[in-house]
Amino acid sequence: MESFLTKLPVHVTLLVICAIWLLPALGLLITSFRPREAILETGWWTVLQNPFDANFQLENYIQVLTAEGMGQAFLNSLTITVPATIIPIAMAAFAAYALSWMRFAGRQVIFFIVVGLLVVPFQMTFIPLLRAYNFLGISGTFLGLWLAHTGYGMPLGIYLLRNYIGTLPKDLIEAAQVDGASHMTIFSRVILPLSLPAIASFAVFQFLWVWNDLMVALVFLGGTSDVAPVTYRLSNLVGSRGQDWHLLTSGAFISTIVPLIVFFALQRYFIRGILAGSVKG
Amino acid sequence: MEILGRVFNVFLAIAVGSGGVIALFIALNYAVERLPYKWRSRLLPWVFVGPALLVLGLILVIPTLITIFYSFFGPATETFVGLKNYIFAFTNNDMQVALINNVLWIVLVTGVSVSVGLILAVLMDRVSYEPIAKSVIFTPMAISFVGASVIWRFVYAYRPEGDNQIGLLNAIVTSLGFDPVGWLVERVNFLGANVLGTTALLAIMIWLQTGFCMVLLSAAVKGIPKDMIEAARIDGANEFQIFWRITIPTIRSTMTVVATTIIVLVLKLFDIVWVMTNGNFGTEVVASRMIKEMFKFNNYGRGSAIATILLIAVVPIIIYNIHRFRKQEENQ
Repeated sequence: MESFLTKLPVHVTLLVICAIWLLPALGLLITSFRPREAILETGWWTVLQNPFDANFQLENYIQVLTAEGMGQAFLNSLTITVPATIIPIAMAAFAAYALSWMRFAGRQVIFFIVVGLLVVPFQMTFIPLLRAYNFLGISGTFLGLWLAHTGYGMPLGIYLLRNYIGTLPKDLIEAAQVDGASHMTIFSRVILPLSLPAIASFAVFQFLWVWNDLMVALVFLGGTSDVAPVTYRLSNLVGSRGQDWHLLTSGAFISTIVPLIVFFALQRYFIRGILAGSVKG
Repeated sequence: MEILGRVFNVFLAIAVGSGGVIALFIALNYAVERLPYKWRSRLLPWVFVGPALLVLGLILVIPTLITIFYSFFGPATETFVGLKNYIFAFTNNDMQVALINNVLWIVLVTGVSVSVGLILAVLMDRVSYEPIAKSVIFTPMAISFVGASVIWRFVYAYRPEGDNQIGLLNAIVTSLGFDPVGWLVERVNFLGANVLGTTALLAIMIWLQTGFCMVLLSAAVKGIPKDMIEAARIDGANEFQIFWRITIPTIRSTMTVVATTIIVLVLKLFDIVWVMTNGNFGTEVVASRMIKEMFKFNNYGRGSAIATILLIAVVPIIIYNIHRFRKQEENQ
């Protein structure tokens, strides 16, 4: 009891901060299920006094998914995000293996450049890339976005995976080499399975980053487009229907549900990844 | 039926996109393995590292160099204008507002999220419900800037005096007897920048990023040797003395890394401003200015100069990063 009392200030501080962190999102969630008229008349917290009277409904979600094009945008986001996560993982893993366990000239220099590129603002690349994309005819395509996200995610991928793969036990690789295994075999049979935690952590980083991106999509999709992701659609919704809270809140929840699931499922790896290399640019 | 077709297209695109890369590596490896030994051992590293370097070069390195080059040219990047775009960037009124706002962003977001993150890291260490409380603070990291902007637009929602407030903040303010505040619109000027509006925007970033700071700092706090703290306690140090004399000095390097990461993130920040105010009411930042110069005014020269200024701002961080990394390599 005494320890509870001495800890009381700690509990109160934590409780207050947690409440501040929780309330905005709670408001979004509750609002997204309320009828339009109710949202505009009373604050969402009034529901808490009488939760069984609240008249919750799914109407907002149905409208935003169908009439406001959020359903198609959701599929687009998946199409953009999954390859834009897998492609850089594959490339970064091969590169990280070479940088850790293969001897060749310039590998130190390459790695220093990668570390430097970690923090380069990718705004630096927009104008030349957009011109190149227009010239090649791949602006406004999934391919263009995959390429851009692969490039932007690569420094962190190489950095995280190289840090992990480089610390795997040397004997393991040497033993495999003595047995006559090729680099490809060592990579796929020994390194990859052992590196799954690091790969998972980078995968979460990259997945969240690409799914949540607005800027890259805005630049390379140019105007309205069939390939627009949820963030893009949602930001347009804010512009065109800024007072329609029933649509905005349900749309925001739809845009958040996938990253939240990924985040909670792989939180353990994600945190480990952050701790291993905390310089995401 | 149509929806099935769409879903099928999604799977096809994902399979082609992802499978293509794996196939590329297998094919390249197969080709090199057929070569004589001498060639094989020389080429193989480049098969492994080559595609990554190619992408880095084409998507990051070369475009960055071209942008620096463009920044000395006119709107359509045809005529050489020397430093004119840079002079514009530092003398134009909107750009000055953006620069001041960016300083506010950096100081407040970094300051608040690192210090609140640290306080949380220290306090959480002492309670039994640590995992749940940590999740509450950390989860916003998964939310997009756009999604967070919608959440907070609703928190800041404004209704005229006398109406029922539906935004949380104004409901609190009016229940305390004050007039409702137009958080984003109302101008509290400082050198043309809008301090209140900008603070309302950067609060969103603090909400999103504090969890990240907390997780890193928490790991560092847990890494402090327990006997060091015990010894200090026996010597009669109170909790505050332990915090200032032991905790902070021991985790200083982690704090630097965290602060650096947040600064880099803030410099690039664009989405929140774009969605919340579109840079109106004196809330513009440098990154959103750049996008405007590109798309609204089609001025590639100015856009490039602004991007280059962002790059120059992170150069010290790049150098620091490489330096830190070198040290880390030597220690291994």
